[in-house]
Amino acid sequence: MIITLFIPCFVDALFPRAGISMVQILEGLGHRVVCPAEIACCGQPPFNSGYWDEARSIAAPVLDKLKDAEVVVIGSGSCGAMVKKFYPELFANTPQAELAKKIAARTWEFSEFLVKKLGVTDLGARFPHKVTFHDGCHGLRELGIKKSPRELLGKVSGLEFVELAEAETCCGFGGTFAAKFPMISTAMGEVKCASAVETGAEYIVSNDSSCLMHLQGLLSRQGKPIKTIHLAEVLNHR
Amino acid sequence: MSTFAAQFLKQARVMAGDLRHRQIIRTALGNYELARDQGRAAFQDWQGARQLAAETKWEAINHLDHYLEQFASKLETRGTKVHWASTGEQAREIILQIVRDKKAKSVIKSKAMTAEEIHLNAALEAAGFNVVENDLGEFIVQLRHEAPYHIVFPSMHLTRDEISGLFERELGSAPTNDPEELTMIARRVLRKKFLTADIGITGANFAIAETGMISITENEGNARLTAALPKTMISLLGIEKILPQLEDLALFLPMLATMGTGQVLTCYNTLYGGPRQPGESDGPEEWHVVLLDNHRTELLADAEQRDALGCIRCGACLNVCPIFRNVGGHTYSTTYSGPIGSVITPHLRGLQDWKHLSNASSLCGACTETCPVKIDLHHHLLQNRRNASAAQPAFFERLAYKVFGFVANRPALWSIAKKFGRWGQPLQNLVKGTTLDPAKSWTQTRDLPQLAGESFKDWWRNRK
Repeated sequence: MIITLFIPCFVDALFPRAGISMVQILEGLGHRVVCPAEIACCGQPPFNSGYWDEARSIAAPVLDKLKDAEVVVIGSGSCGAMVKKFYPELFANTPQAELAKKIAARTWEFSEFLVKKLGVTDLGARFPHKVTFHDGCHGLRELGIKKSPRELLGKVSGLEFVELAEAETCCGFGGTFAAKFPMISTAMGEVKCASAVETGAEYIVSNDSSCLMHLQGLLSRQGKPIKTIHLAEVLNHR
Repeated sequence: MSTFAAQFLKQARVMAGDLRHRQIIRTALGNYELARDQGRAAFQDWQGARQLAAETKWEAINHLDHYLEQFASKLETRGTKVHWASTGEQAREIILQIVRDKKAKSVIKSKAMTAEEIHLNAALEAAGFNVVENDLGEFIVQLRHEAPYHIVFPSMHLTRDEISGLFERELGSAPTNDPEELTMIARRVLRKKFLTADIGITGANFAIAETGMISITENEGNARLTAALPKTMISLLGIEKILPQLEDLALFLPMLATMGTGQVLTCYNTLYGGPRQPGESDGPEEWHVVLLDNHRTELLADAEQRDALGCIRCGACLNVCPIFRNVGGHTYSTTYSGPIGSVITPHLRGLQDWKHLSNASSLCGACTETCPVKIDLHHHLLQNRRNASAAQPAFFERLAYKVFGFVANRPALWSIAKKFGRWGQPLQNLVKGTTLDPAKSWTQTRDLPQLAGESFKDWWRNRK
């Protein structure tokens, strides 16, 4: 299969190892990966802030670049939700409405793609650590992703999994919300971090680097030893 | 920024850092969550029940004119006086006029958020009438001269000791932190008020079109006394309270109890169908039902968001909302707080003044997931943002998105931007978290990740 991998802007600039892991995993499974150089952002920041014209001007060329893709895989539940769920809404009643729906139907979040589309759960990974999992809200509630990441983690050798009491509670990132309402965002993150620390895990794993960026930012500032890591990096660990 | 927004930001900043408040709310809602989950599990098919409830409310809202006429005419045939109020001011005037006509000296009132919405108590007091709230939680916040903290639990932000101290100061009672004793102190005061009141004011949880009845759900029996003892009863309700049929209550009463308080059913569920009829031994001599619009028809006209009129005011979305839990109910400065308040307040009180509530959300969707009538709450927040930005864009914010969009999807520019970022970040690290830091709203409490020396795109290019 030719897989078009959509690497979100912040993964590209800040967390390249998550993206590299995705490439290596997908290629390791025998697929060809393409990564259009012209795509960086899905348009979610202006979209979530209410600037839909600006969001469309970012997203329209993305649609154009993806129009011939067989499948699109996105390494983030949040950006995945943007393409899969919100593009059809953003482009409703525009000439690109049909294209937006078509691409939405072909788009997968990384963990769902592995489990549901490729039917793979065991990637031969080894990660001898105690980990917990944070469900990013967009992946969880917009895309309904809950089981796939856990199934994948369940097959990682040496990995000890422990559920987080506040697994489904928002980490407080919320894109521009984190900058517009920093104190509320921080309070939410503190609740989440406290719950993660309680588990005694060494790592918080998630399929969303944006949530992890927020949690890691708080944990580092507070000097907490627990670390964050993207699911793809765990699955690519030998 | 509107003055409401500035006030919200200021208060949110204080409350978000208030660990004592955070713990009180967490403890209170922890008990609720357990009971709510048990209650939901008692439904054979909770998702099916939600779907049915959403459809029933959708039907009621989409044919509101028909059902309201049916409701009013049924009420009138049994001698109830029905009043229609387009605005809060009209509703206040109608009620004030009744109170004046009756030459009332004392008014008692059971819990009604609609009365909070139109600031009824303040209007009655300004006109010289004494109003006593008789729901325990409402009684407590009334003694503190503050608004209800939560639409279902008005005084959940207070500890027993705080309530005891309040009673000691205001009512001269002895200190105690026994909840039963505290209730008895309030009860002794309230019973006297019930016996002497001329007018009883209630709200309503549901308005049954088929039979012309209102349904009131409660745990203390105070609404029943409000309806039974005074000679005149006034019920104030929003026009969206309609349910088409009596049998709809078989779903909505347990649903409201489950999501509102975690009970299977609340202790008292009463239907009121009219004033005292000939031959009946109790009930008010006169019953006035005031139906309030107050911008609800404008929300009805919004095809995207009219499902918000289906809200049964259970408060479940507040309880799961991480924003509400961290900033608290009073920070909103609105009658309806939490997600539902953030959705409807811009419709009820003006989008530009109240859009900040729609922005103050991470759009996590916990509200939508829990809502028993399936209101698409967090997507409505997104729509409010879109409508607000389209009507009144913020110049610099829009410019920033234009620049970002221009750069992000042009590989050469994006690459240069990352390079600049890599050079700039060490400088930014020097002023991290200070007023000189352009990212200070992030870095005051959080570390920023460092830009990777080799971005994903660099890696991708280099390997080819």
